Parts: sequence; structure tokens; C-alpha cells
Amino acid sequence: MATKIFMEALSPTMEEGRLVKWNVPEGAAVKSGDVLAEVETDKAVMELVARGDGVLRKQLVAEGTTAPVGSLVGVIAAADEDIAALVSGAGSATPAAAVPTAAAAAAAPVTPPAPAAAAPVAPPAPAAPVSTGPTRSSPLARRLARESGLDVGTIAGSGPSGRVIKRDIEAAIAGGGVTGVSRPPSAVAGADFTDQPLTQIRKTIAKRLAESIGPIPTFYLTAEYDMTRAVEMRAQAAGLGDEFKVSVNDIVLKAVATALAAHPEVNAHWLGDKIRYFSRVHLGMAVATDDGLIVPVIFDADQKGLREISSESRALAAKARERKLTPEQYTGSTFSVSNLGMMQIDQFTAIINPPECGILAIGAIEDTPVVVDGAIAVRKRMRVTMSCDHRVIDGAVGARFLLDLRRMLENPLMLVF
Amino acid sequence: MATKKKTAAKGAPGTVRTAGDPALDREMLHSMLLQRRFEEKTGEAYALGKIGGFCHLYIGQEAVSTGIIGQLRADDYVIGTYRDHGQALARGITPRAVMAELFGRIDGCSRGKGGSMHLFDRNVNFLGGHGIVGSHVPLAAGVGFAIKYRGGDQVCVCFMGDSVVNIGAFHEALNMAALWKLPVLFVIENNRYGMGTAVERAAAVDDLSKRADGYTGMDGIVVDGMDVHAVRDAAGKAIERARTESRPSLLEVRTYRFRGHSMSDAVSGTYRSKDELDEYQAYDPVFSLRDAMVLASTMTVAEWEAMERDVAAIVQDAWDFADASPEPPPGALFEDVLVDTTS
Amino acid sequence: MPIITYREALNQALREEMSRDDRVYLMGEEVGVYNGAYKVSKGLLEEFGENRVVDSPIAELGFAGIGVGSAMAGLRPVIEFMTWNFALLAIDQVVNSAAKMLYMSGGQYNVPIVFRGPNGAALQLGAQHSQAFESWLAHIPGIKVCSPGTPYDAKGLLKSAIRDDNPVVFLEGEMLYNTKGEVPEGEYLIPLGKADLKREGSDCTIVTSGKMVLVAMQVADQLAKEGIHLDVLDLLTIRPMDVEAIYASVRKTQRAVVLEEGWEICGIGAQVVDFIQRECFDHLDAPVLRVHQADVPMPYAKGLEKIAKPDAAKTIAAVKQVMYRA
Repeated sequence: MATKIFMEALSPTMEEGRLVKWNVPEGAAVKSGDVLAEVETDKAVMELVARGDGVLRKQLVAEGTTAPVGSLVGVIAAADEDIAALVSGAGSATPAAAVPTAAAAAAAPVTPPAPAAAAPVAPPAPAAPVSTGPTRSSPLARRLARESGLDVGTIAGSGPSGRVIKRDIEAAIAGGGVTGVSRPPSAVAGADFTDQPLTQIRKTIAKRLAESIGPIPTFYLTAEYDMTRAVEMRAQAAGLGDEFKVSVNDIVLKAVATALAAHPEVNAHWLGDKIRYFSRVHLGMAVATDDGLIVPVIFDADQKGLREISSESRALAAKARERKLTPEQYTGSTFSVSNLGMMQIDQFTAIINPPECGILAIGAIEDTPVVVDGAIAVRKRMRVTMSCDHRVIDGAVGARFLLDLRRMLENPLMLVF
Repeated sequence: MATKKKTAAKGAPGTVRTAGDPALDREMLHSMLLQRRFEEKTGEAYALGKIGGFCHLYIGQEAVSTGIIGQLRADDYVIGTYRDHGQALARGITPRAVMAELFGRIDGCSRGKGGSMHLFDRNVNFLGGHGIVGSHVPLAAGVGFAIKYRGGDQVCVCFMGDSVVNIGAFHEALNMAALWKLPVLFVIENNRYGMGTAVERAAAVDDLSKRADGYTGMDGIVVDGMDVHAVRDAAGKAIERARTESRPSLLEVRTYRFRGHSMSDAVSGTYRSKDELDEYQAYDPVFSLRDAMVLASTMTVAEWEAMERDVAAIVQDAWDFADASPEPPPGALFEDVLVDTTS
Repeated sequence: MPIITYREALNQALREEMSRDDRVYLMGEEVGVYNGAYKVSKGLLEEFGENRVVDSPIAELGFAGIGVGSAMAGLRPVIEFMTWNFALLAIDQVVNSAAKMLYMSGGQYNVPIVFRGPNGAALQLGAQHSQAFESWLAHIPGIKVCSPGTPYDAKGLLKSAIRDDNPVVFLEGEMLYNTKGEVPEGEYLIPLGKADLKREGSDCTIVTSGKMVLVAMQVADQLAKEGIHLDVLDLLTIRPMDVEAIYASVRKTQRAVVLEEGWEICGIGAQVVDFIQRECFDHLDAPVLRVHQADVPMPYAKGLEKIAKPDAAKTIAAVKQVMYRA
């Protein structure tokens, strides 16, 4: 009995995957559960495992090639089994992708519906839930929103009773810059440029960030904190032994998590028809990789001590750079932090990762002359900028959160309690 | 209103009828006996749940079908009502095909899609049993129209019950059949009751054949329906008129059904008495002919017994065949709704 | 190309088919000597004789049945009802005889017959003479139902209907008989069961047939001036319905209005809407709307009759509503 190998949906949002490497050559024996190949999803490099025993008879997709979820990429079968029929079906619609037509098996007088078009296999990403509330929308608008990655609930309807209709989606797409991104003029000839095809992760980043900047009414709050004590505390702790070594960034993460626990009004998701305030703090930390940005999550960060946050953040960052994160490790954050201090960036604004409502951009710590108790002193200063979704966070609300954060970072002993 | 009792037969109960040509008599007796025993078997199958729906038995009326259809050529047409088993057998649809149809099986003469009321067989120009009272009378006129249109010399015989003479379609069809001189024999099988309503309680005419008087050129004839010879003779003349002169006739055949209107109707008790039933059964068309033949020494008792055994075997074979025949496959559901041809 | 009336187009179809096949005959009230109540059969008696152009008594049930019986015996009758209102007297023969014969005979007796005549309202004919029966007839499996709106379609469809080996109900329009249109010389056929996209647009689909095709075209002209471009889909045959054509159009325009001459409840439009919601749900930007006759018997008074009928203004309003332009 032959087993078809399909491109599997290895992340919640994955629609296609690039087969990076076959781990098993054609003709080799495989057992169910063996890793057949590495597949780059929109988020990470994942393992494609065998779903049956036999011989990997055929690799239908070459390394480096992209294949849609549900398409046939290989065949496992007995060594002498005839697989010609299976192989000839490669690239066509597959059972995995087809939507079963319920009426096909129903009583005869039911007019069978026309075969349904293949629907996306991946369920909606948890990071962008489709609103289930009472928002009125036409079926067409819902489909267009789904195809454009928009949450129909975030769009104001212009139809009767506020029904979201096609033109509203089109307006949202146009306004959000999902389409029509202008390209810089490219050089005509010569070797002074290289064309880099979009990786899955780059595509996803582009799509999601564009969504973010479009429909989200964002404002920014910047504050400059005195990090002298935090830096001192870090140095003192390090002197106690290796097990007390943490980074300043770890202290920042701990402080943000603690402040968030006290400020659920910024620890929230915008869900179109409602705002979800979280009592738990799942802190996203942006990590730069060779391919781009990914935001692994420190779950229940407010409940964790500095040491735990430190080791966890280090492990997540390493995995992110190796692109070995699992989907569970990069979804579900309630608020995010992005730190470009190590890149000598003084101050920047970060883009909200929807449906989160806020992200904190951390700049570099600089020795800066400031007035302390009426005299000029050199202090270690750090600028933070919070991007706020104004639908959820008002200016004063964000400011209060930043004020609390200031108290903690400027008096880091508070984090110990 | 006093009910006018009209006896079907001319003679008194127990009248010995005349035997005729021995070979013909034997053929007619076999035809009638087959209908009788077949219908008895049908009643049994119905009781056992082998047959469903509406089912109308022909017992008592066999002389009508045998006497009339025996006068037809192979290329003539027969059309009838929902009480159609007898005519179907007399016309030559095989007992197997009729019983399989009653059982709702694929080998039925209508492939299991018609049932008791809708027996059809194109091979013998049997144009169906029809379930709407009166509805098929214009169809018969239409067949006559087609025959005349083509200049043919076939005849169409249309069987109907006594209640049909009161419905509009009957008049419209007879009017046009007379007007256009169509070769159709309209046969009223007057079994005295339209379901449970006696003829005299439904028709404002005391002699149903008089309906023909309304249509110039149409003969109205009455005949004793318990005497197969009389039926055959009257039908022969009317069919000849239709064939050679293209003239329609209205033949009222006075008969009687020995069973209820349908399987759900008691044989007697409500609208007719046991005494009345007994009286008519004395004129039983099958046994009258048998007795006449035995008295005339054109058939021995042993030959009769052999005929009974032969018919019993045919009927049992029909049952066995029907019982073994498969039900139509689900795929047959959407077949025969439309044909996909043009001409 | 010659421009002729709908009436002449039907007359040509009858003449051509009667010449082509001598099994074809025409029967009905006043079809012969009178040349047809609406002159559709003008000249046919003279040309084909009284055997093939048969004046019947006023007996719809009887002559409809004669038609069915003759078809079972090998002829190809065209039965003319002076109007479909009168055909109610013959509905038993259409529904119980013609439509059922093939099925209940297990495929042995097909009935090649055409029942034709004017359907729907004319002007001030009152309640009993102003009814559109499409949905009654299209409800019945075993028959086909045609409803052409133009001379070209009328001729091509009637010829196909006469050649079809099934019973075909052919719905004409008293108000259509005098309308004119281009009809090519020479033989052509329009297949049963295929819709015709009479106008191509991108904004909204009007699904319609028969007399209402003319209304739809008028609506399309008018709305084009306002920048609204309609697909006008003429079903031509109501049963079997060309659902693929409906799906293709609605998936393109994403909005639909169904325009029919008959009443609302259980009307043709109800069926069309069902097909659309089943197969085009995710393509719809607005609920499908229907335009139809008011749910009353047709009044005699001119003003009342006008507001009872479906018309261009009601259709335009419906289109604008589904366009959210109301």
C-alpha cells in the first residue's frame, strides 16, 4: 500500500513551503515517523516526516522548490509496487486540499453542489483571528478579506446596517498598501546588484506588517530612562557567579513583563468586535535572523524570575536564528519588545504585531550628561518608544504604563520583589 | 330514490350457455382462467406484502377482456384503466412480466416503475393502465387520430369503468372521435359500481350506452358481460366498423366484480349485499363457459383439470419469477424522465 | 437580415417543421379557418390541409389528450392553447399523461409533443386572462419548458421543441407577437436548455426570460447611462435550467436580480435564488432580489394593473439596491 507524501501545513498560516533538503534519498527504506525532508515554512524550517513504511520511491519536488500545501511531493511504497498512477497525479488537487462535498453522499434528490474550489488548508492564524461577532458582512466581502489576510471585523461597513461589502474591503486593501507597493527603480545592467527571491518568512513579514501599518491607528510615546542602576545591578549580579549572569535586555524584559501584569489595559488584543485583555503576560521578543524578524514568546513572563527569563530568551533567540522554532513558540504573545540597542540605534519605532496593541522599541544605552540634583552628571540613559494601537490604548494609558516601567528600570531592586 | 336493480345477464341464474367452436372456446377459457387464477395469486401476494400500493383485481370481469381483445389484430392498440391486469394478460403480456411489475421488480413490463395501475408493453401495443379516471379516454381518441392521420386500418380499444361516463374528458373525447370519425372502440365495463357508488346514484341516464346518442354516427351497444361469446360477437362487429368505416362505437358491457374495488375494500357489506354478490356469482363467466363446454362434450372434466393444473403452474412460475427478479437499481431513479433524442 | 415579428417567426418555425416532417401537425382552437386567434398559424391550413391543421372544439382537456395519444402512436403534435389560462382545463393531460408516460412505462413510451400558446398578462384582460404559469409547469419532471422573448429565439427554440422527443411546454406572449427583431433567412436551431447572455456587463446580473427579457434590456440601456453595466441572462428554457450560465454570470458580477412575470411565492425566481445561494454564496456582495407580479389576481383597472406588473422601474430599483446605490 503506497503512501503519498504531501506538503503538509507545518505552521498555522502556511500556504506553501520550500523543500530545503531531502534527508532521505530515493530508494532508501523509511519508517513511519522518519524525517524525510526539511521544509521552510513562512516561519521556520520544519521537518516533514514519513506517514507510512516502505521505500522512498520518488521525490517529486526538487530541493529549493516551493510547493503548495496539500500537493504531492513524494511517494513511499513497496520496492516493487507500481506507483505510476500516483506519480502522474503530482501537482493536481489532492485529498488533503479538497473540501469534501457533504451532499455527495446525501439522499439522491438533493442536487449535488458543484465541486468546491480548493480552500486554504491552514486554519486562520491565531495571531489574526477572524471575528466571530455580530459584524455584518457580505459573503463576498468575507471571502475577499480572508484572501487578503484582513479581519473583516476591523473594517467599517458602508452597506445597510453597517454591512461590510466588497467596496469596503477594496478600500481597506488600497489604504493598507497590501497591493500596489512601489518598487525602487532597478539598475539596468552590471553586477552591482543581486536579486534575492522572497523567502517564505520575508513574504509573511511583508504581508503582516503591511496589514499592521494600514488599518491600525498607531501613535508613539517615547521616554528616556536612567539605566545606571540597572547596569550596576547587572554587574554586581555577574560578580556573584555565572549562574547570576543576565543581560540588560533580560532586565528590560523582566521589567516590561512586571509592568504589563499591573497594566492589563495595554496587555490586550484588538479583535474587531471586542478587545481582549489578558491577565497573563506572554511576552514576544523580536529576534533578528539572517532572513528577517521573528518573535518568539516567553510565556507567563511576569511569573518568571530574571534567571529564567535570561535562559529562556537566550534559547529562543538561538533557535530562532537556526530557524528551529516550532509554531507554538512564536504564536500567542500578548505584547512585544524589540531591542536594537546592540545595533547602536538610539531610538526607533517598532511596528505592532496584530492583534497585539502595543510594542516597545528599546534603544541603545548611552553615557549621557544629565542634571541630577542640580548638578550635571554622566548617567547611562536608554530611550524606549512604545507604539500604541489607539483603538485600545489612549495616550494617558500608555504613558502610565511607561511611567511604571520607568520606576522599575530606574529602581531595579523592585524586580526582585 | 328507489334503486333500479339491473342484472348483468340476460338469462336467469344457472342458465346454461351455448358452447361454440371448440378450439376457440378452449382458448378463451384458458385466457379467462389464467386471469382468474392470476388475480387470486395477486391477492395472496398483496396479503403477504409482496405487492404494495393500490391494487384492483379483475375477478368476475374476465369475459370482457377475453371477448374483446380476442378480436384484435397484433397491430391494434389497447388502452385501459388502473384495473388493468386482466386486459394485460389477455393482450399477451406474459404473466411473468405482469407479476414482476406488481412486485415492483426490474423484469416487470414497466421495469418496476409503473406498478399495478400502470402496465405497459410496447411489444403488444398495450398503451397502459391509467390512474386518473377518464384521463385516458382522450388518449384513445388520439391513437385513433394517429391511425386515421396515417391512413392505417388499425383500431384502438379503450377500456373504462362505468364512472367514466360522467366525467368531462369522456364527452370531449367521444365528441371529437365522432366528429372526426376515429377508429376507436370505447368499452364501458359496467360492473355496477364506481368504487362504492352505484351507477344509478351517479349517472343521470339509465342506460350508459345511450351516451353515444349524443354523438352522430356513434353506435351505442349493450352486451351481457358474463357471456364471453356475446361480448366477442358484439366487439367483433364494432371493431369491424371501426376498421373498415372508421366509425367509433360505445360498447357497454354489463359485468360484475366479485372482489372489492381495491384491496382495502370489503367484498360486500357496505354498498352492496352478500345476496347480490351471490346472485352474480351464479353467472360466473369462467365457469359458465366451462359448464357449457362440458355439457356440449367439447371438453372433458379431465381436460378441464389439466387446464387448471397448467394455469396453476403458469401462475406459480410468474410468482417465482417475480420473486427472484431484482428491484430496480438506484441508478434507475433518474432514468426515463426524459429521452435525450430528437427527431 | 430580415426584421420580422415574433408571430411571423413562430409561423415560419411551424411551416418549416411541418414541411420537414409530415408527422408534425397543428391542433387547437381556431388554428385553421380562422388562421389562429393570434394569427400565428396564418396560411398553414391553406398550405397543409385540414388533416394537418386541425380546428378543435373548445375542449382543451380533450384535444390535449388527443395530442398525447397521437404522440404515443407515432405522431408529433403541436397543440395550441388559445392562452395558457385555458390550458388549466388540460393540465391533467400535461402533468398526468405527457410528463409521466415515459417514466411509468419504464422508458417505453416517450411523448414528442409541443403544447404552445400565449402566457402571462396582456393589457386589461382581467384576472382570468392574465396569468404567467412558468413555475407551475417547470415544477414537473418529465417536461421541458421554454419561454422565448425575441423573434429570433422564438423561431429557433420552437423548431428545436418540435424536434425534441419529449413533451415541451412553449410559453409565448400576447404582448410579444407584434414585437420585431432580426431573424436570419434559412434554417437555424436554438438548443433547449441553454441560456443566452443577451447583454454583457460587470456590475449585476439580471436573470430573466420571456417577455421580461425586453424589460431587462430596457433596464440595461438605462442603467448603462448611469455607469451600471448589467449582464442580462435570458434563460430561454426554464426547465432544464442552464444553471452553469447563471453561476458564471453571478460569480462575475457578484450581484443578481431575478426578473419574472409571475407571482412571487414558489416562483421561478425562488428557484434561481436557491441555485445562486447554493453555488455562489461566497461570491455574493448583496442578497439576491426578485422582481415579479404583485401577489394579487390581476386587476382590470389600468392604473392598478400597471402597479401590479413587474416593470423597468421596479427592476432598476432592485438593481440599485443590490449595488448599494439606492
